[in-house]
Amino acid sequence: MQSALQRELERLLGAENVLTTPEELRLYEYDGSVEQAGPDCVVFPGDRDDVMRVMEFANRHGVPLVGRGAGTGLSGGALAREGGIVAVFSRMNRILEIDAENQRAIVQPGVVNWDVSSAAKPFGLHFAPDPSSQRACTIGGNVLENAGGPHTLAYGVTANHVLGLELVLPDGSVARIGGKAAETPGYDLTSLLVGSEGTLALVTEATLRLVKLPEAVATLLAVFDAVDDATRTVADITARGITPAACEMLDGWTLRAVEEWIHAGYPMDSAAVLLLEVDGLREAVGPHADEIAEVCRANHAREVRRARDEAERDLLWKGRKNAFGAVGRLSPTYYVQDGVIPRSKLPETLRRIAEIGHEMGFEIGNIFHAGDGNLHPIILFDGRDPLQFQRAVTTADKIIEHCVAVGGAITGEHGVGMEKDRLMPLLFNEADLALMTGIRDAFNPRHLLNPGKIFPSGKGCGEIHVRPLPQADARTA
Amino acid sequence: MSDSRKVSLSQLTGVVGAGNCSIEPGELAAYAVDGMRPAAVARPASQGEAVELVRYAIAEKLAVVPCGARTKLGMAMPPRQYDLAIDVSRLNTLVAYDPADLTVSVSAGMPLRDLQAILAPHRQQLPLTVPFASSATVGGTLATGVDSPLRQLYGTAKDFVLGMEFITGEGVAAKGGGRVVKNVTGYDLHKLFIGSMGTLGIMTRVNFKTFPMPAERRGFMAAFPAAAQALAMLRRIAESPLAPETLEVADLRLAEILSRNLLIGSGDRSSAAGWALLAGFSGRGEVLERYARDLTRMAEKTQASACRVADERERAEMWARLSEAIPLLLESSPAATIIEITTVPSEFGKVLEQVRQIAERHALQTAKLVRAAGVIYFALLPVTKDAKSIEQLAGACEEIFKGAENDGYRAVVPWCPLELKSRLNIWGRAENDFPLMQKVKSAFDPHGIFGPGRFVGGL
Repeated sequence: MQSALQRELERLLGAENVLTTPEELRLYEYDGSVEQAGPDCVVFPGDRDDVMRVMEFANRHGVPLVGRGAGTGLSGGALAREGGIVAVFSRMNRILEIDAENQRAIVQPGVVNWDVSSAAKPFGLHFAPDPSSQRACTIGGNVLENAGGPHTLAYGVTANHVLGLELVLPDGSVARIGGKAAETPGYDLTSLLVGSEGTLALVTEATLRLVKLPEAVATLLAVFDAVDDATRTVADITARGITPAACEMLDGWTLRAVEEWIHAGYPMDSAAVLLLEVDGLREAVGPHADEIAEVCRANHAREVRRARDEAERDLLWKGRKNAFGAVGRLSPTYYVQDGVIPRSKLPETLRRIAEIGHEMGFEIGNIFHAGDGNLHPIILFDGRDPLQFQRAVTTADKIIEHCVAVGGAITGEHGVGMEKDRLMPLLFNEADLALMTGIRDAFNPRHLLNPGKIFPSGKGCGEIHVRPLPQADARTA
Repeated sequence: MSDSRKVSLSQLTGVVGAGNCSIEPGELAAYAVDGMRPAAVARPASQGEAVELVRYAIAEKLAVVPCGARTKLGMAMPPRQYDLAIDVSRLNTLVAYDPADLTVSVSAGMPLRDLQAILAPHRQQLPLTVPFASSATVGGTLATGVDSPLRQLYGTAKDFVLGMEFITGEGVAAKGGGRVVKNVTGYDLHKLFIGSMGTLGIMTRVNFKTFPMPAERRGFMAAFPAAAQALAMLRRIAESPLAPETLEVADLRLAEILSRNLLIGSGDRSSAAGWALLAGFSGRGEVLERYARDLTRMAEKTQASACRVADERERAEMWARLSEAIPLLLESSPAATIIEITTVPSEFGKVLEQVRQIAERHALQTAKLVRAAGVIYFALLPVTKDAKSIEQLAGACEEIFKGAENDGYRAVVPWCPLELKSRLNIWGRAENDFPLMQKVKSAFDPHGIFGPGRFVGGL
């Protein structure tokens, strides 16, 4: 960045809130995905006025601007694909209000997801969306990416828990949409903004719905000798109309990687485990857990274990939530995919993924939100070999194509970002995309806000771009 | 209407065939919106036909109102212009149903009742027990954004509509969302259609997440001398681990309008200040017992004058009446005016008292229904419909709009006599988010052909 522009930003925000040296910027070239793109400058706004100043600056100088929380995103949403400024919201990390009576929280975008639930806990409440990165990821990122997590099966994704937003628009103005009330007159702008991946506006405040903590919880581990039995169990649970609070699956390869590191108690010789949770009233949880255990056994579960106490429950979950860290110990580089299929198609899809891995010569692990059909195949590859990386991408694409072919979607919770823009035409035709970009252009006419995301760019629509080689030290999903 | 543009019947016939379009005044009367008749109606049998109709409307600069069963056409401002009614009730097919995935996809003109009948044999449901249930279509229900008692547990349509296909104001078929229960691909354009009053386009297909039908259901009723005690019980339930499927508080007048059977505790019948709490819950055996026990104890602690558990038959009747509260209120007065107030539960008491005083100042009878999820339906029920009562209604509505502005709740008037609409905008004042709504409207409907002037701020 030219030194005159740099000085101007330093004047606007204070020199201590502007980073420009290559060493400082390096960290912001990555997020949790395999993407890479570097900003020219990083700023740390302290309040809404700072955000307005940065937006105004970006407009005046025609510089791209990208919002960023903790950088845990998995689709390159917070990377400066076309350079410019990355605005990091870590200083805007205040919880402004916990309104226990109305079960609402008002927070700044840089507040960590976990901190909202911690602040609400004394009131018997929590913020339900719980992405695996919840101890690091921030509400701004959750809102704009419409984050999910294991418990969204029963509680819904971020979109179901956001009631209002304060926005700084690309023209530098401020707008408030929605609020504490369940709905407000006019078009449902909040629903449009949630999941817009930072392409329509920056969020400077969010009004969230808090949910009561359950009175009772039962966590089950079901162990299977065949992947098919585990996937059929999930399909049966869904078909029987049982809605667990969470229904996670780890296949044999993944559970062994996890077990060696975490010692969560997953049997090393099993082909798959299901981590199932039911919650609610004391009187409901027992029978529900029994019913689920019965479905597991009917599908040849070798063992169904119920966590006896909080410690055992935490240990089972620790295995699930730290799985990607465990995988990172085995391979320097891996590619986590995110696709969705109808739950009824789970058994055939897992078989297809195994076939694709075999055809393409990759080991593919599976750890995913089975209950809502949200797959996360993990493809291990050697990042030092560009050909292997390209082949890993092709493998991932084949999986996503299968998801679409059986009626699914190309991303369930990670977002499109710069990872899957080229795959958008698998789901959306020109008319659909024209309408979406029409909305984007109405909000963000100069494309200065998070350019190059979600939508396939120009004529290259549908063709595969060659990505930069990822760095082996950056794989910390 | 005389100001309606000329529509060519032969053009319409060319698209939908004779018998599926009309310019007969007698037939058009059934498509009148706030007394305005269109110049023509066309009933497309496919998305393709609907696209052609919209393209024709664009070419001829016709104003279009999409409709289905026409049960809620009055729920907006009158259109500035109205030439063509596009009736989608022939788009009524089941597109896909995967019971094992709990997802279903239907054409937008399908009656909601037919959809529920498709789900019922699989012990599944769509948690929309909306007003006008005997004929309302999927499209009209979503376009008007009417809520239902079941929102207490399941949320509103935006929480379980997974995707949608629609025709934009550029005469193009497009879509948003998808068919799976979890999906973050692209902007959630489909959610913008919910409550948009048909001003963004014509919905042609909707994909829903379905829900398992509970094993058993029961109801609970409690009577209170005053609103404060009923609201105190709502608060107790909110703080408890209970998660009822429905939870509402009604004043005595509303309870009377709904059903005499909902009246409990004979001592309250004479008291105009009587209130009832009505809850529905579900589960099996011990769970049902727990609800009954806890609710009864809470009722006692909040000075209920009477309470009891309703069996399945009585519960079903209670829900049927509660779901139809709006039409029943509309029938109860020749100039019924229903104000929908959205706020947070901690404000219920204050808002109810404020609007009660306003109605009293304007000498208007009222009925009140509070949905615990955050909505108050406040009905003004004049005994006659004359200049004086319209004057009273206008005065009361204006004061409530003012109260809403000052005290931070939101109020709209979705149901009222036409005469009132020339006095006030039923959507209240446009807020600071209005410029964004204009952007959305222009992106979907750049020529402004869909229901011009019907929505917030004249959109």
